[in-house]
Amino acid sequence: MNQDLRKERAAASFNPELLTHVLDGSPENTRRRREIENLILKDPDFQHEDLNFLTRSQRYEVAVRKSATTVEKMRKFGIADPDEIMWFKKLHLVNFVEPVGLNYSMFIPTLLNQGTTAQQEKWLLSSQRLEIIGTYAQTELGHGTHLRGLETTATYDPETQEFILNSPTVTSIKWWPGGLGKTSNYAIVLAQLITQGKCYGLHAFIVPIRELGTHKPLPGITVGDIGPKFGYDEMDNGYLKMDNYRIPRENMLMKYAQVKPDGTYVKPVSNKLTYGTMVFIRSFLVGEAARCLSKACTIAIRYSAVRHQSEIKPGEPEPQILDYQTQQYKLFPLLATAYAFQFVGAYMKETYHRINKDIGQGDLSELPELHALTAGLKAFTSWTVNAAIEACRMACGGHGYSHCSGLPNIYVNFTPTCTFEGENTVMMLQTARFLMKSYDQVHSGKLVCGMVSYLNDLPSQRIQPQQVAVWPTVVDINSPDSLTEAYRLRAARLVEIAAKNLQAEVIHRKSKEVAWNLTSIDLVRASEAHCHYVVVKLFSEKIPQIQEKSVQAVLRNLCLLYSLYGICQKAGDFLQWGIMTESQVTQVNERIKELLTAIRPDAVALVDAFDFQDVTLGSVLGRYDGNVYENMFEWAKKSPLNKTEVHESYHKHLKSLQSKL
Amino acid sequence: MPPANWDLRTPKKQSCPPLNQHTASGEGHSNTRQIQATMGSPVHRVSLGDTWSKQVHPDIQSERHMQSFDVEQLTKILDGGAQNTALRRKVESIIHSDPVFSLKDNYFMTQNEHYEAALKKKFHIQMLAQRLGWSEDSRELGYAYRSLSGDLALGVHNIFLKSIRSLGSEEQIAKWAPLCNKFQIIGTYAQTELGHGTYLQGLETEATYDAATQEFVVHSPTTTAIKWWPGGLGWSATHALVQAQLICSGARQGMHAFIVPIRSLQDHSALPGITVGDIGPKMEFDHMDNGFLQLDHVRIPRENMLSRFAQVLPDGTYIKLGTAKANYLTMVVTRVDILLGEVIPMLEKACVIAIRYSVVRRQFRIRPSDPEAKILDYQTQQQKLLPQLATAYAFHFLASSLLEFFHRSYSSILDKDFSLLPELHALSAGAKAMVTDFCAQGAELCRRACGGHGYSKLSGLPSLVTRVAASCTYEGENTVLYLQTARFLVKIYLQAQESPGSTSQRSLPQSVAYLTAPDQTRCPAQRAADFLHPEHYTMAWAHVATRLIKDSAHHLQTLMKSGADWHEAWNQTTVIHLQAAKAHCYYVTVKTFTEALEKLESEPAIQQVLKRLCDLYALHGILTNTGDFLYDGFLSGAQIDVARTAYLDLLILIRKDAILLTDAFDFTDQCLNSALGCYDGNVYERLFHWAQKAPTNTQMILKL
Repeated sequence: MNQDLRKERAAASFNPELLTHVLDGSPENTRRRREIENLILKDPDFQHEDLNFLTRSQRYEVAVRKSATTVEKMRKFGIADPDEIMWFKKLHLVNFVEPVGLNYSMFIPTLLNQGTTAQQEKWLLSSQRLEIIGTYAQTELGHGTHLRGLETTATYDPETQEFILNSPTVTSIKWWPGGLGKTSNYAIVLAQLITQGKCYGLHAFIVPIRELGTHKPLPGITVGDIGPKFGYDEMDNGYLKMDNYRIPRENMLMKYAQVKPDGTYVKPVSNKLTYGTMVFIRSFLVGEAARCLSKACTIAIRYSAVRHQSEIKPGEPEPQILDYQTQQYKLFPLLATAYAFQFVGAYMKETYHRINKDIGQGDLSELPELHALTAGLKAFTSWTVNAAIEACRMACGGHGYSHCSGLPNIYVNFTPTCTFEGENTVMMLQTARFLMKSYDQVHSGKLVCGMVSYLNDLPSQRIQPQQVAVWPTVVDINSPDSLTEAYRLRAARLVEIAAKNLQAEVIHRKSKEVAWNLTSIDLVRASEAHCHYVVVKLFSEKIPQIQEKSVQAVLRNLCLLYSLYGICQKAGDFLQWGIMTESQVTQVNERIKELLTAIRPDAVALVDAFDFQDVTLGSVLGRYDGNVYENMFEWAKKSPLNKTEVHESYHKHLKSLQSKL
Repeated sequence: MPPANWDLRTPKKQSCPPLNQHTASGEGHSNTRQIQATMGSPVHRVSLGDTWSKQVHPDIQSERHMQSFDVEQLTKILDGGAQNTALRRKVESIIHSDPVFSLKDNYFMTQNEHYEAALKKKFHIQMLAQRLGWSEDSRELGYAYRSLSGDLALGVHNIFLKSIRSLGSEEQIAKWAPLCNKFQIIGTYAQTELGHGTYLQGLETEATYDAATQEFVVHSPTTTAIKWWPGGLGWSATHALVQAQLICSGARQGMHAFIVPIRSLQDHSALPGITVGDIGPKMEFDHMDNGFLQLDHVRIPRENMLSRFAQVLPDGTYIKLGTAKANYLTMVVTRVDILLGEVIPMLEKACVIAIRYSVVRRQFRIRPSDPEAKILDYQTQQQKLLPQLATAYAFHFLASSLLEFFHRSYSSILDKDFSLLPELHALSAGAKAMVTDFCAQGAELCRRACGGHGYSKLSGLPSLVTRVAASCTYEGENTVLYLQTARFLVKIYLQAQESPGSTSQRSLPQSVAYLTAPDQTRCPAQRAADFLHPEHYTMAWAHVATRLIKDSAHHLQTLMKSGADWHEAWNQTTVIHLQAAKAHCYYVTVKTFTEALEKLESEPAIQQVLKRLCDLYALHGILTNTGDFLYDGFLSGAQIDVARTAYLDLLILIRKDAILLTDAFDFTDQCLNSALGCYDGNVYERLFHWAQKAPTNTQMILKL
């Protein structure tokens, strides 16, 4: 092992293994996760090619092959629990991108949620066995987040009892669905249902797109890959154009809405349950954001402990770059953020499962808040992590730009999270809508509960202003609870400002919608402040729950750093409304520097505790053993680009260039 | 090879309006003619010659109906004069009419294919330049590079040559320059090592003089000493300019440059003692063969050490021959040249693509009764994109005026007056750091503002983002550069403190003169309109920069008084130095922009529209850093709210001119190479067409 990393690990103030248990939820979870990971590490069938050296087409092929072995092996090992499946796939697929992924994450669940028993009998088993491979075709070339704008039509023909599917315009071509380009032979297509001359809005249809056996597109179907992307090389995101393409009536998913043989439309009974899937995916994405940032931090911090550069004092040997204050200031707040989001992710998962149980018993009361919270937190965490991964990459200097660092790969595969499953700005505005509703509710005299209960305390909401009592004079910058309070006040303030500006615009513009648009920057700010408060609150509440004192101490420092760094970044908000004074802001800046120094000796142990296998990191810079340079050299030599000593283009071009000029 | 009719076509171009080949070839139509009439400029933007594209998308056409200013005139201002615009367009027409230079298949190539295409283009442009008489530093060649979007191989060959010219003796230049010019040898510049980057003194490669044979023995003593990253080293270069520690007569003499032959001039194979290859796949720059080089006691003749400033005599005696200071200005100028020629255009292009797409893309309804709205009509979308547009313009004027200033300084440097150098250095370092930082973030913001389609390579945005991101690291890592600026600021500030009122104060360098100017403790602006007065926001930035520089100097002094030595104290205060340098750079940009506007009095309409961008740039900075302005009460909370109102009003005004402001950059469709950003706005058709051409659709077959 690299000497620097050995020293770092020996000097840590706590045992990272204990922190790993906290992150996994229990020592038992850690044990089981490692057991599953070892199944893969020890199995020769799971050969890991270095994807960086493959063409897109080769990467796709590898991914398809891996999917096939995954199905087989999981059956063999008896892995069925969702968490365990995820651990398994994470280690095996690395990027967690698989061309058949949508078959499992969208096609089958939609069939289960919206299909009748007969429909499930017909397609479920074969799709579970991958005899048919399904995808989920929603977005179109010209239409994304706004579902109602989709143009694809499904017109019912009672004579043949068929639906006629059409992509009437260029903008209506289905675009982006994963696995559609090359892999799938079935798609669940969202289309505007038209029957008896009337449009009934979006419905889901099971559409065969390729011939079983030959895999050729069926007549009337134009299907293909949408071309190269920033990342997701292994995925064949596709397009689908349908021309008078006929499917039987039974292919419309009819658990809720129905079209009778004669074309009569039967309305669905209200269906709030589909909300549930969305909430689930978004809360999962919060955890994903945390894991991706944890990976990036692991790589950047280990490398910064190995890399030596320049001088702090002349004459002394070059210091580890992690000893530079600027490097600590770049990385440690991100490390703190990674931990914060880990705990938020765990909280979201728990909450989802808890509320899901309530929903099962018909209690939907908590769903609106959870829905608003997941939307906002998905946006808040993915924006933050997006910038943070890139910051980690930049903190590795030139080598961060090479694919051997693994960081470009993490970035390009993470960044779509800002767009998919609800574009972030749209998500923030959804949260804002909930915040505005809650604000109005309090205004009309009803108290609100949950994470927004702070709106009950707004001075302006009180019949008799009690400003003095409500706004504390002193924030204790060493107390996570007191800092949570500061964030709470900021959120309350920004929600109130957005609400008031919205009201003012409504009066001025005489149209609620125009007013909403003209206030949307304020509304997004309010949502961000709300989410920031929630994250600080959840992190702070986690600290007292940690039993082990040494672990608690180091997490407490991270929690303080996370909160104080946010204050320093948004100092204007805290100053403008007197939540903090000028001298407190100065103290915050000083305290941050102290915390950087305090965290420094534990930095490597803190990333070790994330417990990533080297293969998951996919990074030469982030190797556990720290033997960075030797392995970079080996990695480069392995590159197929170095197969021949003289590149063929020498003969083709260079020679002739030399002779002609 | 150039088309056979080259010589016929070129002169013809000169005599008729440039770049109207589409109209000439029968693809013109009423819409384009109309635009031609209104813009008074050639219709060179329409449709990449796509036969299916018969019409400009109505949603983008309507944006060009009402012209509050003369777009063509703004283009000429940006180009630095009408002649430049004409020349640029002429060069573009030559480049774009040549199929070898087409970027059409760029997004579908493997690394190998990229490299090969780039070599071919380099070869081709070289022949062309020779034929048309474009010299190496000519405007023509600069415009050619711009329209090729940088995809040329052997870029470092030129740096090799330039380094020989600045560091070599006259005999050395006479020997090597002709070989370079004729590509008899291909050079690279090998400085960074696996374990060492920005910090030159840390390099480990050694060149030990052997007096017995009058040779240097060049050697990589460790793994970390392997040269890593040099462009063109992987497959192309025959010679490398190697930076190495000179050891002669047993003493280390620091970094010097050596010409080391690395590949055979007969068969291109690696020479004995040389291990050389490509460093493997990167985030971008597939066309560039960045390489590694391990030297195992490689012997080169004594004459191969570049010896303009230092020499090793045959017996091993080391002699210094003056200072390389005069060269320094060249480096400083190059740094800013790159900003203007490469970095800023990438943000400009990202803005063009994202803003054009945002008037074609419709999503949601603002009012239930309306059709779906153009996404650029959403306040949140304006908030994302328009500050980037303002930044692109601000940087254009910043870099142009810096270059002017540097060129003006040339004569004093030639007179061996180096007193301006520290300021020039601080300005170029800070500008490089800020411009690349903001351009990288801005381009990525533009990409994400295009939603899902921004993730497709066909949008052109991913490659812009990854290219501009690299600029944050090369030519000096940004944190290091900011801190160099900060060091200058602290020094100047302390000097000014030491001698208040003395003559030295009056001679503060121009860019930092504000440090001793009378400062207000409160901003006088009250109404939204007040915040649109350049003197108010310039003053606000000057105030914050001054305070931060003052603070950072005091922090440093306090630590030193409590016993820390200077270096330790410096490291303990770098976070605040960084902040101070950033505020200073922001101030310089705002100030430069306002000064540039003053010179546009003869063009009131353009002046007005650019002033809005300047206002937006200044206010955007204030509103994203409100803490700094509220901190000592320079602005009150109420004033921040008023500034925000002014800012929101600006968004609406700039929105109206957004398309025209991006048109004014005058990028051709070929050069943008974006399915989302073409002049005609036919986004979806183009995406569909391009995707169908992808090899994944023509070649890839599923094997389950």
